[in-house]
Amino acid sequence: MDNAATTRVLPEVFEAMKPYLLEEYGNPSSTYEFSGKIAQEVEKARSAIAELIGATEKEIFFTSGGSESDNWAIKGVADALRKKGNHIITTSIEHHAVLETCKFLEERGFEVTYLPVDDKGLVDPQAVENAIKDETILISVMFANNEIGSIEPVAKIGEIAHAHGVIFHTDAVQAFGHVAINVDRMNIDLLSASAHKLNGPKGVGLLYIRKGVKISNLIHGGAQERGRRAGTTNAAGIIGFAKAAQIAAERMAERCTKETALRNRLIEKVLEEIPYTRVNGDLTKRLSNNVSFCFRFIEGESLLILLDQKGICASSGSACTSGALDPSHVLLAIGLPHEIAHGSVRLTLSDEITPEDIDFTVEALKQAVKRLRDMSPLYEDFVKHESGK
Amino acid sequence: MSQVSEYSEKVIDHFSNPRNVGEIEDPSGVGTVGNAKCGDIMRMYLDIDDDGVVRDAKFKTFGCGAAVATSSMATELVIGKTVEEALKVTNKAVMEALDGLPPVKVHCSLLAEEAIHAALWDYAEKKGIKIEGLKPPVNDIDQTEEFYRMPGSPADEKK
Repeated sequence: MDNAATTRVLPEVFEAMKPYLLEEYGNPSSTYEFSGKIAQEVEKARSAIAELIGATEKEIFFTSGGSESDNWAIKGVADALRKKGNHIITTSIEHHAVLETCKFLEERGFEVTYLPVDDKGLVDPQAVENAIKDETILISVMFANNEIGSIEPVAKIGEIAHAHGVIFHTDAVQAFGHVAINVDRMNIDLLSASAHKLNGPKGVGLLYIRKGVKISNLIHGGAQERGRRAGTTNAAGIIGFAKAAQIAAERMAERCTKETALRNRLIEKVLEEIPYTRVNGDLTKRLSNNVSFCFRFIEGESLLILLDQKGICASSGSACTSGALDPSHVLLAIGLPHEIAHGSVRLTLSDEITPEDIDFTVEALKQAVKRLRDMSPLYEDFVKHESGK
Repeated sequence: MSQVSEYSEKVIDHFSNPRNVGEIEDPSGVGTVGNAKCGDIMRMYLDIDDDGVVRDAKFKTFGCGAAVATSSMATELVIGKTVEEALKVTNKAVMEALDGLPPVKVHCSLLAEEAIHAALWDYAEKKGIKIEGLKPPVNDIDQTEEFYRMPGSPADEKK
């Protein structure tokens, strides 16, 4: 149940890629005929993906993945527009690929506003507007949060950005293929996505760049991607990405309905069966496959090990899981105290999961949480504190 | 969960089947160390007989797999020892007994050593004795009212 971390390549996707690994392995940039077909297939993939988000094929640039796309979008705009201004607006719950890139730019003279979010993890579009200054050159707000699943008011933020003549980037790595996206209707200028989050291969992603948006190159050294991104074209990866994106779009409605039902069942049952538990994120403006809990008095890594022993994969925003000192920046940003953020667990579903799997998970969580609470001095103190009232 | 796969079999064993979990009624000494903010709290209970030998030890721990395993091992190492011997159970001894810890988890073994010391300090205070080489514990356990509140929890609001 850790399908937001990565996903399995679908057999159909693998089959689509296979000929371009084994037989048609030519370099699409070569001029001889052997490479001609593969170049055509890459362009077909580009058109297919463009169509899915309401873009044109000339606005899609393939990259090595979500992190590169985020780096390119932010550093590229910062470099291209540095004479115009040095101010960037983002949020405190972005992926590290955005946050660390912004920190990098701060060290080089840029000013970054990290907007807070409410207790559900949502950004207030009015706060975005209030933060805009004459020097603002870029607004970067994620489409959906990877930890707590909240879906941000992207279209509204894009509208505000455009009203002020500011470029709007969205990191849609977690949303692409899971939520319908239209770059025109949602006022998006730059969009990052990654294939491996939607049953595509790892190592391939894209940056959508709206026609006319000023952005410098990030990777230099070749004329690939129409001179915008150097590096030998990852043909099989791109073809697999397009196939995965097309399948995701076809099955989106059905999958979302199924996942939402499973997600709600999991949330309801856990809240019913396990006391002193909270759900993180918004209950409706939420990715259909994301569930994030905090269980009080226990620590996330311990819970993950117990779940793992039952064959359930999950992740946690606990500091102990990542080796960091602080728990997840997202959980702190929604206002949770450190000690509660330490007890977080994220479960991300797929449509391959059954209602029986959900019930099994609820039971496993219940037992594991009880076991850890029974050995928790915090729970002991809490019980004494409550009975002493 | 990268470092979980770096845990030794002994760490996993002591986490999965922790020895001496629980409380001791009217303990000879009890000590709590760590703080919830950092994600680790250990509480150690000691039952010490009139000859100054640790008859029993129990623990409760809030923390990661390594925190639970080091607490469990620490109780095993102090049981049967005299107060003076128990004082010499270092974090290194706990780590070695567990076949090592991943580098980022070494602090858990330090916490286990501190928990033993805190419990011994409490014992010495209760008995009105001085144990040579024992320093007062740094008790930074954070138990603010804030911890007992959890905003926005539907399960809690029902209760």
